Amino acid sequence: MADADLVVIGAGPAGTAAARTAADAGARVIVLDEQPAAGGQIYRAVGQTTEALAAILGPDYRAGRDLVAALDHTNIRHLPGATVWRVDPDGTVCVSVAGRGRKLAGRRLLLATGALERPVPIPGWTLPGVMTAGAAQILLKTAAMVPRATVLAGSGPLLYLLAQQLVRAGRPPLALVETRLPSAWRAAWRHGPGAFRGWRTLARGAGMLAAIRRAGIPRYRGATGLAVEGAAQAEALRFTAGGREHRIPCRTVLLHQGVVPNIQITGALRLPHLWDAAQRCFRPVVDEWGGTALEMVFVAGDGAGIAGAGAAALAGRIAALQAVHGLGLIDAGARDAAAAPLRRALARERAARPLLDALYPPSPEVLRPDDATIVCRCEEVTAGEIRALAGLGCLGPNQLKAFSRAGMGPCQGRYCGLTVTELLAEATGRPPGEVGYYRLRTPLKPVTLGELADLAPPEVRA
Amino acid sequence: MSSASPFERLSPPADTVTFTFEGETIAAAAGDTLAAALLAAGAGPLRRTPATGAPRGPWCMMGACYDCLVEVDGASVQACMTPVRKGMAVRRLDRVAGRHRG
Amino acid sequence: MESDYAIVGGGVVGLAVAYGLLGLGRRVTVLDEGDGAWRASRGNFGLIWVQGKGLDAPAYARWTRRSAAAWKDFAAELREESGCDLALRQEGGLDFHLDEASLAARAARLAALREALGGEYPFEVLGSSALRREEPEVGPRVAGAILHAEDGHVNPLRLLRTLAFLVRARGGTVRTGVTVAAAAPSAGGVRLKTAAGETVEAGRVVLCAGLGAARLGPMLGFRAPVRPQRGQVMITERLARLMRRPSAILRQVDEGGVQIGDSSEEVGFDDRDTLAVTAANARRAVRIFPALERARVVRSWAALRVMSPDGLPIYQRSTTVPGAWLVTCHSGITLAAAHARLIPLWLEGRDGAPDLEAFGEQRFPL
Repeated sequence: MADADLVVIGAGPAGTAAARTAADAGARVIVLDEQPAAGGQIYRAVGQTTEALAAILGPDYRAGRDLVAALDHTNIRHLPGATVWRVDPDGTVCVSVAGRGRKLAGRRLLLATGALERPVPIPGWTLPGVMTAGAAQILLKTAAMVPRATVLAGSGPLLYLLAQQLVRAGRPPLALVETRLPSAWRAAWRHGPGAFRGWRTLARGAGMLAAIRRAGIPRYRGATGLAVEGAAQAEALRFTAGGREHRIPCRTVLLHQGVVPNIQITGALRLPHLWDAAQRCFRPVVDEWGGTALEMVFVAGDGAGIAGAGAAALAGRIAALQAVHGLGLIDAGARDAAAAPLRRALARERAARPLLDALYPPSPEVLRPDDATIVCRCEEVTAGEIRALAGLGCLGPNQLKAFSRAGMGPCQGRYCGLTVTELLAEATGRPPGEVGYYRLRTPLKPVTLGELADLAPPEVRA
Repeated sequence: MSSASPFERLSPPADTVTFTFEGETIAAAAGDTLAAALLAAGAGPLRRTPATGAPRGPWCMMGACYDCLVEVDGASVQACMTPVRKGMAVRRLDRVAGRHRG
Repeated sequence: MESDYAIVGGGVVGLAVAYGLLGLGRRVTVLDEGDGAWRASRGNFGLIWVQGKGLDAPAYARWTRRSAAAWKDFAAELREESGCDLALRQEGGLDFHLDEASLAARAARLAALREALGGEYPFEVLGSSALRREEPEVGPRVAGAILHAEDGHVNPLRLLRTLAFLVRARGGTVRTGVTVAAAAPSAGGVRLKTAAGETVEAGRVVLCAGLGAARLGPMLGFRAPVRPQRGQVMITERLARLMRRPSAILRQVDEGGVQIGDSSEEVGFDDRDTLAVTAANARRAVRIFPALERARVVRSWAALRVMSPDGLPIYQRSTTVPGAWLVTCHSGITLAAAHARLIPLWLEGRDGAPDLEAFGEQRFPL
């Protein structure tokens, strides 16, 4: 007996929008989310924010309130603080809530687990005080905390947004260090008319840049050789830009090189994935409804390929329509009629993406770091060790994992997997898609033996 | 400790909750995660790595990287995913059973 | 002829045999599959385990003990040559029992084996209090354990990596990403065809292909009746030292994690782990060491054992294809020392070659 018609994992834009669409069609929906409140990372704590903080975070953030409010529906059960650690192809979901393991079954599953920051392996990236730009945003959204003496470094619009928010908070960063080369613009032009629709996004970016300029924040472009110095914590960021070496003393360094799909669940389900050459990451293969090789499993949002919050909400609705159609709650005509305008809006949202991908490519230095740089944060495996093991015949990440322990720590490869793939591709002269990714294992997040034992089948007494 | 903090609060917390880290009392804002409270307090590294003993602190703040692991009641927990509770006794995670490289 | 020997299979079995042959001065090429192959060498439990092996087959018990006894010297040699410490510990192993009756029954069977082996088989039965002196963290539900002095464990992944390194260092060739699709006798010995269409000639071929032997074996005159048997394993985060000795169902590895396993299922070529088995294993582990209740599992997986009909290794020279040998077993870690040091002597027909008659294919009824 299923606990719900649809189990949604993740309460960000895709998950909340999907839950509401399914609920409106009469489906009983359970939304599982790890955080204490809905919204995902982009709208983290949006339901609890103060006016002062919302003013700092900006109008796009505020817009998340409606999305979160949409979960208020009699057919939706939202379980916050629920950590999903196992998903089986039969629709069984194992989850821990308040330290106890439990099992849920849905007739359909929607995976809406969003994105992770791309790993940023540079020397010193494991020092305390070095964090992702997203982490700083989370501290701002959830605790109204801002970094002291900070440098923002990397590539991508999130850096501009964060800089602008810090300016609004009256705590501008010491510098903005961009790894992007000015030539990225030339590559971006090639996307031509298709990219035209991205101008709205770019205009917003231009506004952010103007704010950064007005605040007098030094901006470096085409920076290379980024390294964080420090003994027990971050003390300075070193880099080369404009033909000169720079060293900026600081206490925090916020790194960002774009985001990539979180494929932990689709990987553990062994669904087919493909290499996205433009975004340099793996994503699950999905059809136009977000459907996968498993009839009952859908993926929507950034977890199916990075396209942003607007696209995620639309994709969530579209997937929900197909899911409720499969359950017999709406007929094909109603499904298609409801999906048509969503698809048009989704196409508009996605049109901006190739331009953004071309404008903000990840730095080659973080894709294939220097030998001395730590790649696997958990097990402290360096790029040099990985290259050496490629020389020992490791053709793929799984033999490499066995030989090096890279990917064996508690983060389960989330912050080293793509780097390992890139390094092996480089060393063996094969495309990353052929090299492949770690075979992802359960538990999706470390679970206590006690929580696991909670779900053991009853013992048969002889 | 707060002068050493890499982060500052935009306004003083309305309600505070106290807990201990390595035996030292820390005042957190009600609703803080352990990671936020420990960063605000400038508590230093939250753990040392099992392989080399290197100091670590929060990296992702969203429950993905496991670099903010701390020990609460003998179990490892992610500081960024754990709300502060009054009187919580938190320790730096520093387990040495296997600290060596092969 | 590039090589005297082609070894099909680059797991612990094939690499140990290759390493030993290189030590005898032979030229060796190892052909190994790619990243996604079925690899028991990557998924195993890392035990060097004597107790209970060959309960009904004293020849297997003797062979196992011979390898276990050679391990200390073997590990020292690997360390000397590679600089890599395999974290070998052979200070005895425990077989936990939750009730007195099963402990007594097991002890009786081991006593019978001791008899069959001529009276020398160093195990002792630890009752409740004796066990707690050895392992203070053991929980109240454990009735006792059998301690066998010859049991131990090793870091199996470091063994695999070290062998992969040393086979090359000794001048052997290891080609990865090569799937052997066909094998046939040729004028000079054996001709192998790879899936990519390439031909590899060798004077002699040793089939160490694990589960792949079932497919390739018949082409070289073997029956190779091996089948997959799934074992599920998990490992916790790194913990402070909790236990002194390994057991067949859990052990604390040198890096600190506690590895929990010992299930066996006949499910064909399916290496997924399941909730039912991992949860039952978790419950059992917590009963034995209650402190594990709050330890976090970081990874669970399943691997396929290479199982023969009677569970014993198969060592067979082909009766129809001169120059072809089959070497296969499900205890590749325990037997690695014997495979590196004794199997090469047997292949070469040299002095000191072991008598492996008991492990030939003639034992399987047609």
